[in-house]
Amino acid sequence: MLTSPVYTILLALLFAVAAGLVGSFALMRRMLLAGDVISHLALPGLGVAFLLKINPLVGGAATLLIGTLLVWQLEQATGLVTEAAIGVVFAAALAVGAAVTPREDLIEALFGGLEPLTLAGFLVGLAAELFVIFFVFRFRDRLALALFSADLAAAAGVKVRHLNLYFLLVFSLTVFAGLRFMGALLASALLIVPAATGRQLTNKFSHFLWASSAVSVLAVGGGYALDKLFMKGALPGPAVGIVSAGLFGLSFLKRAAR
Amino acid sequence: MLSVTNLEVKFGSRAILHGLSLEVPAAECLAIIGPNGSGKTVFLKAMLGLVPYSGEIRWDAGARLGYVPQKVAADLHLPLTCRDLLEAKARYLKRPGVEIEAVAREAELTAELLDTNLGYLSGGQFQKALIAFALLGQPNVLLFDEPTASLDELSEERVYELLHSLQEQSGMTLVLVSHDLSVVYRYADMVLCLSKGQPCMGPPKEILTPAMLEELYAAPSRYYRHQEHAEDVPKRR
Repeated sequence: MLTSPVYTILLALLFAVAAGLVGSFALMRRMLLAGDVISHLALPGLGVAFLLKINPLVGGAATLLIGTLLVWQLEQATGLVTEAAIGVVFAAALAVGAAVTPREDLIEALFGGLEPLTLAGFLVGLAAELFVIFFVFRFRDRLALALFSADLAAAAGVKVRHLNLYFLLVFSLTVFAGLRFMGALLASALLIVPAATGRQLTNKFSHFLWASSAVSVLAVGGGYALDKLFMKGALPGPAVGIVSAGLFGLSFLKRAAR
Repeated sequence: MLSVTNLEVKFGSRAILHGLSLEVPAAECLAIIGPNGSGKTVFLKAMLGLVPYSGEIRWDAGARLGYVPQKVAADLHLPLTCRDLLEAKARYLKRPGVEIEAVAREAELTAELLDTNLGYLSGGQFQKALIAFALLGQPNVLLFDEPTASLDELSEERVYELLHSLQEQSGMTLVLVSHDLSVVYRYADMVLCLSKGQPCMGPPKEILTPAMLEELYAAPSRYYRHQEHAEDVPKRR
């Protein structure tokens, strides 16, 4: 058991960087809402794991993976059917998750603050976050080309279909890394809100990635401080969500002033 | 350079291309003409491996393809400049960064345009960006879908000069899809007509006859009847 809060905070800050980077690409790919659905799919997994008294993150990871493959398949088709299907999956995941999760664990599953950090949990989280950050830098050129035009990227030799799957998997891995802090409902908040804020602040591609990550780190740092000072350190997830939304509001002012 | 044997492309149960076979020698220019919906763009995409097909499409070893699409459904809100895009491609292909300046010059992209967000470019400027993008990586084959669809007259001339010099000086193999029959006449070594019936192929002089065009487009071709005073006639697009 790692009792020092340093480990948790280090993990949370690295999660913030990863979420800012992945969220930036998710925003440009216009898949933030599909990503939201993916993250909610963690809930039934968490619930079943609580019931079986196994590590909830194992259950969350399992349903996240299923959800990712599902959304990847849905992405191949387009049109109303996809949107409808995503909507149905979303509603079903929340309903099933809420029904199976034991009442006393529901708040944690939804909003974060899972059981104390073990060494194994720390190492798994650390590996996931570092991998996500590495992936974004390794694949950023391919991702940028595919963003512009899937055909042109493919003509240049990028395997776009594979790239889409890798990106979704990395997106889910980021959500997974965030489940501990933010829960199934809020894990995607840090993928969405800081990227939206970063986009308000800059119109430059390279600046955008950094701006989103910086905002994300600020939100996590600020959220933990807010939680500690005013909410007795009970549940950092909502506090982080509030701070990130506040930062988005501020960025809006800046844009309006321009 | 390119050899196509018995190519068939189907969308669902509808055959877009059927039983197509042809050869394009290196440094030659193949022009593809045909009415809307005859499969010109689909053929280009099949050559690039962007759509599934049956039959065989074989490129010579060492063929490097550049592709200028007719249009790109790019998201206008992307925070990407031409330079971002060119840099991404250069890094991905492990090409030196200096090539970016060279292709920008060739496509007449000024430094200012290079640093403009793609969403803010006009149709013609965007076309130039696509040309620069295609030329990056030193292709020896250029697949060009409607080269001048969104260019004004001056740039149009410039694009043709560029195509010409690429072909003459670098020995580039060209595959053009074009509605502009004067272009086809000027540049193509071979013309492929795609239409609902059997595709036909031959040198421009044999293919671009009034009778052939009438059959192909199922309408009298004003351009070719008035060929001797073509400047009086509005250009066909």
